[in-house]
Amino acid sequence: MTHHDSHHGHGPDDFISKYVFSVDHKVIGLQYLITSLLFLLFGFILIMVLRWQLAYPDQPIPFIGNLILGSTGGVVTPELYNQLGAMHGTIMIFLGVVPLGVAAFGNYVLPLQIGAPDMAFPRLNMMSYWIYLPGGLLMLSSFIMPGGAAQSGWTSYPPLSIINPGQTVWLLAMVLIITSSLLGSINFLVTTLNMRAEGMSLMRMPIFVWAQFVTAVLLLLAFPPLEAASILQLMDRVAGTSFYLPAGLVVNGEALKVSGGGQPLLWQHLFWFLAHPEVYVLILPAMGICAEIIANNTRKPLFGYKELVGSMMFIGGMSFVVWAHHMFLSGMSASLGNFFLVTTMIISVPSVAVLTCLVYSLKGGSIRFTTAMLFALAFLPMFGIGGLTGLPLGITVTDIYLHDTYYVIGHFHYVVVTGSIIALMAGVYHWFPKWFGRKMSEGLGKLHFWTTIVCMNGIFFPMFITGLAGQQRRLYDPTAQLHNLTTQPLNVVSSVFAWLLFLAQLPFIWNFFRSIWHGEKVGDNPWEATTLEWACPSPPPHGNFEKPPKVYRGPYEYNVGKKAAWVPQHVAEVKA
Amino acid sequence: MNGNYGWGLPIQASTFAKEIDLGIYAIHGIMFAIFILWSVFFVYLLVRYRARPGVPSEHWETGTLQSMIPDLIVLGIEICLILFYALPAWSRIKMTVPPEGKSNVVEIVAEQFAWTVHYPGADAKFGRSNAALVDAQNPAGLDAADDAGKDDVVTVNELHIPLGKPTVVYLSSKDVIHSLFIPEFRVKQDAMPGMKIPVWFEPTLTGKFEIGCAQLCGIAHSIMRADVFVHTPEEYEKWLAAQHPQTQPY
Amino acid sequence: MSATATQALGPSKTTTGIPNGKLGVWLFLTSEVMLFATLFTSYIVLRMSAPSWPRGWEELNVPLAALNTVILITSSVTVVLAYAAACERDKAKFNAYLWITILLACAFLVVKSFEYGHKFTHHHFPSTSIFFAVYFTTTGLHGLHVILGIAYFAWLSYWAKDNWDHELFVGRVEYGGLYWHFVDIVWIFLFPALYLL
Repeated sequence: MTHHDSHHGHGPDDFISKYVFSVDHKVIGLQYLITSLLFLLFGFILIMVLRWQLAYPDQPIPFIGNLILGSTGGVVTPELYNQLGAMHGTIMIFLGVVPLGVAAFGNYVLPLQIGAPDMAFPRLNMMSYWIYLPGGLLMLSSFIMPGGAAQSGWTSYPPLSIINPGQTVWLLAMVLIITSSLLGSINFLVTTLNMRAEGMSLMRMPIFVWAQFVTAVLLLLAFPPLEAASILQLMDRVAGTSFYLPAGLVVNGEALKVSGGGQPLLWQHLFWFLAHPEVYVLILPAMGICAEIIANNTRKPLFGYKELVGSMMFIGGMSFVVWAHHMFLSGMSASLGNFFLVTTMIISVPSVAVLTCLVYSLKGGSIRFTTAMLFALAFLPMFGIGGLTGLPLGITVTDIYLHDTYYVIGHFHYVVVTGSIIALMAGVYHWFPKWFGRKMSEGLGKLHFWTTIVCMNGIFFPMFITGLAGQQRRLYDPTAQLHNLTTQPLNVVSSVFAWLLFLAQLPFIWNFFRSIWHGEKVGDNPWEATTLEWACPSPPPHGNFEKPPKVYRGPYEYNVGKKAAWVPQHVAEVKA
Repeated sequence: MNGNYGWGLPIQASTFAKEIDLGIYAIHGIMFAIFILWSVFFVYLLVRYRARPGVPSEHWETGTLQSMIPDLIVLGIEICLILFYALPAWSRIKMTVPPEGKSNVVEIVAEQFAWTVHYPGADAKFGRSNAALVDAQNPAGLDAADDAGKDDVVTVNELHIPLGKPTVVYLSSKDVIHSLFIPEFRVKQDAMPGMKIPVWFEPTLTGKFEIGCAQLCGIAHSIMRADVFVHTPEEYEKWLAAQHPQTQPY
Repeated sequence: MSATATQALGPSKTTTGIPNGKLGVWLFLTSEVMLFATLFTSYIVLRMSAPSWPRGWEELNVPLAALNTVILITSSVTVVLAYAAACERDKAKFNAYLWITILLACAFLVVKSFEYGHKFTHHHFPSTSIFFAVYFTTTGLHGLHVILGIAYFAWLSYWAKDNWDHELFVGRVEYGGLYWHFVDIVWIFLFPALYLL
């Protein structure tokens, strides 16, 4: 499993092994970065098409409608609508945010931050990427396969998912993606435990490393159940079993020819057993990134390092016993609802603790408002809204009304988009100089920031109002139901902001690619940061450090008395 | 009927709607207060501690217990919500069902993409139904051989109920998961194939209300709707008597 | 090899002192435990909610499965002996035991395929009933793990030819053995759960 033989101070020279089948964690990190950003863009394009139908039901898409949907004259059909919805969720979560937050940032930054020359298993690392990419492409290819893509939502509840077309490819792709994540998580755990530089004790690790560590534990324990659940669903589809099908189903007036004896609820339990920890897989790396950027740009130590670490571990542990708060109304025993109500309320406490620590960290600081810092700061109130709106959904009684409405959509998009994705953007601006030796333009960055924040709130805030008015999620045509008519204008507002959000990303895309070659050149440590990734050249060579770094202090030694404005972890003596 | 809906919650038309709304309003009030206070503090910190030449940052990592204060406040609020609101209300609304003798009982079978309502008729007994007998004339698949079904009434995409007593719905599904959602009643419950789940509510207003499906059930999910008609008890009896029993020959 | 890489990566010089490979295998097995635990949980849930459930011994061939249990347990012993031989640097003994393990694993699959074939000729397929769905899915997945083990051991015996003195060699034998024990343990749970209950 370990292959150190190929691990030389200088990397391979030919193009294929240097950039394609590379075993260097930095190249793999960048491969993940570019791929997952492209998937994010693709998932975003899907939802822009979907939102046309929501805003203007049954009308053809103007200008480009005939181009992208020629066969229907530019109208989004119900089949396509459901495909777009299911694939948007799947792509954004499993192919976009998780690979970006965990695999891209984790791969590039984690080994550098702990002073390792590479990941523990470089070839396994390469394999993770080369399983993820085919998995992702397989997922995309389902659009052009007979029957189209999956159309049962990203949650794929049976029996619908078993009788709907398109689901088999979804399941196969999921098995690949899950396998890739599992291999990655093993790699991250071993690397964090085993590859630390001398002196890098656990409690000297940067918060980002801790976040990745807890995330990897969640992936390791939560993904296998989904893999098993997917295998069972795959059997239901291809081998005719009925793990999730009770006897006596009648579809379209015809009795379904299966043996029966299965349980649709079983899937929901297995799925959410993964998918709730998955929420924390989405948010923990984001918290870690924000912690790094906030410490660096306030020029002072993080408030409550130990509380942060403890809270993240507590969140990680608790996330395994809250899953059924997604299922209060599923027909599960109502008294079980009480149990999951209590655990859900408990898990909100450490999340509050993390936010508190990050906000208190600002106190006494000398705050630099770089683009990265703006994104990291925006994470705090935006994630706050996401977290607070989780409260009426986690309370069983109020969830009766709000469950499966747009309120839920607003809630988790505030968590994942204005939370995770905002933080990941912060990470891109923050670590870009390390990746390419050049800075991204701050002016374009700030333009990107303000337009993005306004648009995101413009998209997601109206959803709370439509949700309170009772609009259910996943409706092809909300105006077909009377109670959704009054709030229909808000769907138009959300859609318009969604399309504007796309325009707001153009400066980012331009800024990103232009800066790779033409950005302002910077040295090893442009942000005057203390953690180890800034102790090696930008970009770091193969093998990372000139000589193995030695760690003498905690990760955030800023403004150490009167002696120095900041002291990196690998510096032994503080010079007065 | 459109007067039922606005930019906030729809009108309250069931006995527990008020209780659910109370929770929604109270929680939003708390959320709003927390967020405003927090935001003021946040903006204050950003302005007060912005980088200024000659003013260094302070070196401190952990304060006293003050970092725990927001946690404790949130925890306190949540404990109160659980103990004094969620547990009792949940047990009243979802964990107990009114006795059948004092309620109006119906069965609702969801399918792609319709709601079939089965009323037991005067004898208060449901006739046997069999999925194999379902056709256009017999949407519930009632078995004509069963005497209990002789006076049963079936309606499709219409639910008629009387005012003044609770209605208990035995909810099931023929094919995939659906979800019975009546916004004005604050009622929602998934219809799970293979299960018969009791749902209850007691209307407080007469009139016409809406049923929507709240769980993705296929391509026509958005048009899977039905109307609820709440009648006065007398009108309800009249309506029921005027219905053609399902298994009688036309 | 640069000093940097060797120092941080050498098998005995990790931060915790545990070789990377060993830690990795244990973590991998943890995730495998979660995978099979999920399947067992599903089995329990489905069985408890079923109105009736056939007795395993009435539907399945207990003697064949018992034979398979013996075969798999024996192979667990031989893989340990192969590891001991690798530690003692006895190449011939190592190869002998490794190949006995591979042969036993193949024998397990042969017996299993007889069982499957017998079921198919009696028209018992995964779609026949929820019992057979559970039976074919769990034993099938276990069989895939056996095939993976055979592939690993075959590769190991090939790799051992030129790398007998490789610093990672003994470790790789040990990790294969750990994995093989896990496969064995899964079967020891599957056998009573499916055939005897």
